[in-house]
Amino acid sequence: MAKVEFQIPELQEYPEVPAVELGTMAHSKPFVAKPQFQEPLNFPGELPDDWHDKAIDAMGDLLGKYRSLQVYLDSCVKCGACTDKCHYYLGTKDPKNMPVGRQDLLRKVYRRHFTFAGKYFPKLVGAEDLTKEVLDDWYSYFHQCSQCRRCSVFCPYGIDTAEISMAAREIMDRIGLGQKYCNEIIAKVYKIGNNLGLPEAALADTLEGLEEDVEDDTGVAVKYPLDVKGADILLVTPSADFFAEPHVDGLIGYGKVFHEAGVSWTLSSKASEAANFGMFIGSYENMRRVSMRIREAALELGVKRIIFGECGHAWRVAYSFLNTLAGPFDFLDPDYPVPQHILEFTWGEIQKGTLNIDKSANDDMTLTFHDSCNVARASRMGPEPGGQFKIPRNVIKAVCNNFVDMAPDTIHEKTFCCGGGGGLLTDDLMELRVKGAKPRMEALKNVIEDHGVTNMAAICAICKSQFTKVLPYYGMDMDMIVSVHQLVSNAIILTGQTDGDEEDESADDAA
Amino acid sequence: MSFLTVAFAALFYAATVLLVVGLVRRIALYWKTPAPLKIPTTPAPVTQGGVVLRMIREVAFFESLFKSTKWTWLFGWVFHMALFAVLFRHLRYFQEPVWGPVVWVGPLFKYLAFAMIIGLLGLWARRLFVDRVRYISAPSDHLMLLLLLLIGVSGAMTTFVAHTDVVAVKAFFRALMTFSLSDETNLPTDPLMVVHLLSVAILMIIFPISKLLHAPGVFFSPTRNQIDNPREQRHISDWARKLEQ
Repeated sequence: MAKVEFQIPELQEYPEVPAVELGTMAHSKPFVAKPQFQEPLNFPGELPDDWHDKAIDAMGDLLGKYRSLQVYLDSCVKCGACTDKCHYYLGTKDPKNMPVGRQDLLRKVYRRHFTFAGKYFPKLVGAEDLTKEVLDDWYSYFHQCSQCRRCSVFCPYGIDTAEISMAAREIMDRIGLGQKYCNEIIAKVYKIGNNLGLPEAALADTLEGLEEDVEDDTGVAVKYPLDVKGADILLVTPSADFFAEPHVDGLIGYGKVFHEAGVSWTLSSKASEAANFGMFIGSYENMRRVSMRIREAALELGVKRIIFGECGHAWRVAYSFLNTLAGPFDFLDPDYPVPQHILEFTWGEIQKGTLNIDKSANDDMTLTFHDSCNVARASRMGPEPGGQFKIPRNVIKAVCNNFVDMAPDTIHEKTFCCGGGGGLLTDDLMELRVKGAKPRMEALKNVIEDHGVTNMAAICAICKSQFTKVLPYYGMDMDMIVSVHQLVSNAIILTGQTDGDEEDESADDAA
Repeated sequence: MSFLTVAFAALFYAATVLLVVGLVRRIALYWKTPAPLKIPTTPAPVTQGGVVLRMIREVAFFESLFKSTKWTWLFGWVFHMALFAVLFRHLRYFQEPVWGPVVWVGPLFKYLAFAMIIGLLGLWARRLFVDRVRYISAPSDHLMLLLLLLIGVSGAMTTFVAHTDVVAVKAFFRALMTFSLSDETNLPTDPLMVVHLLSVAILMIIFPISKLLHAPGVFFSPTRNQIDNPREQRHISDWARKLEQ
């Protein structure tokens, strides 16, 4: 386990709202992006002397571009409805991690410069100048928001702290104060095509390896194609799916489903990444530039459909923004939504009966499901509102016999973030990630103890990586996180599969 | 005309202008500012009709607040609904003849002043005693509650404790509205009424420059007023379209 330099929160049986403790996380700051990672994103490399005026100008510019920012900075009445809703507040007790506390860091400067009351009666309305100390607070606390939108569910005006955090990060980027983790990754996407900097040859190699593994296991030659022109479906999936556990087991599952459905599909080396960290830094321009790769890949390969793999924020960008950023997609088959989620596809095939499923293959597990925040509160699956909750569970229940949900206040639209979303999945924020995972860990521990849950399924690359890293801090096994399509993969019996081995295995177990 | 009459006439003319101009300008700003991305908090309605229903549930029943905290919901909802009812009853002081429904609800609605006061006291107690809410409160947040309580308590007292000459007050406002103030329409020099009217005028003046902007704001909130149909319909703002050229 990683070296522990902070106190790991104690899990409680019942959720507890902690008393306010000032400044417990003021020291938490991610590494600042070096100039070479700022410039490819068209941001200045370093803080200039006139950073203050530039920041206020940037705020004014964003206020004119985003209705959300303008309305949300005006509308908060400080009712307190959000104060106990953020996992980072619940895990750190720092009041600047209450959604309204975080918003107020930006709001007090907005009031000072853009409102009558703040200009003439700053003390009365809590308006403040943008000092270096305030900027430090911005950098610290706007990198303690995973943009999970849980607060926006409970706000009577729908104020979404994610919108405020994104704007704040955009302002900081524009004055040369970027975050290393996000900006370095975006630069890598521009240069190589994915977050990991995995070049085309390595990707081809990996996929070949997967084909061999699956054939060894099943005796069936399932293909994992790359850059196949004229394929029907372009699959865009987070690059973690190519090598990380348990992500890669999900990718194996997608391939098996496509194989059984009898559709032709391909990955693209140009768009070998579903993630779009442009969203995390609130930069429309960068989010658009990252999205355009997918449009270009679809055009070059001549596909008819685009399907996204298991990824939370990528699905938000895909479902909610792709048509805006890189549309219109009138060159694709109009009979299918653009884009589709892999779970929409798999659920469709399960309903059609094209998949031969042996649910008992997952009998060694009792599953629960973690709703990823961006899927739950910022997107949809299927034609009905709430399909994003039903379809993953339907698929899990179709391939597993044992499924239990966590407490109702911690799932569906009220789901708790894994603690690592929103561009915070970096080791320099480990304390924040561990503490922010507390509410989810509590809910998980309760179903483990009460219902014998052994595994938690997730449909987001960030969630999977975050849990794998954080679970051991809470005394749980990192391997208990599984991909939903890993469960599908386990249960599918491929046409022509040699499954004599499996019966032998269970006989061995019994003996 | 008495000094009080002239002063309050000037005050209410100014307050009305500031309220109307301020609100119109703010609403125009919200209207003109584009929402470049689809960001409804999901699950969200997939039709325009569904969005209208969501908004009605939000403004009439405070649906999201109900999900959050029952005490704040209870006090907040009671205060707002009582305020609207009391305001409705106040139409009687401006109309001649008074509209039927306003007459009918009058005897009942006057007691809702107490509901309004209880709601405000509950909200203030939360602001004072819950450490998280105390932390986020600026002086203006406390003063806003004080102002609303002044309005509620002084108004209730003119009805239930020391009757004001409402006929004279009504004559004043009728004359104010028709620009026909005269010696016949002097405002009664009743301290309770002076406090009541003064605090109402202050509320009108600060409305467009304070957090009371939540009232128009909620209707412009993209997380609540957008249709969840990004795959079916391309949504793009003018400034974003320029990036495509």
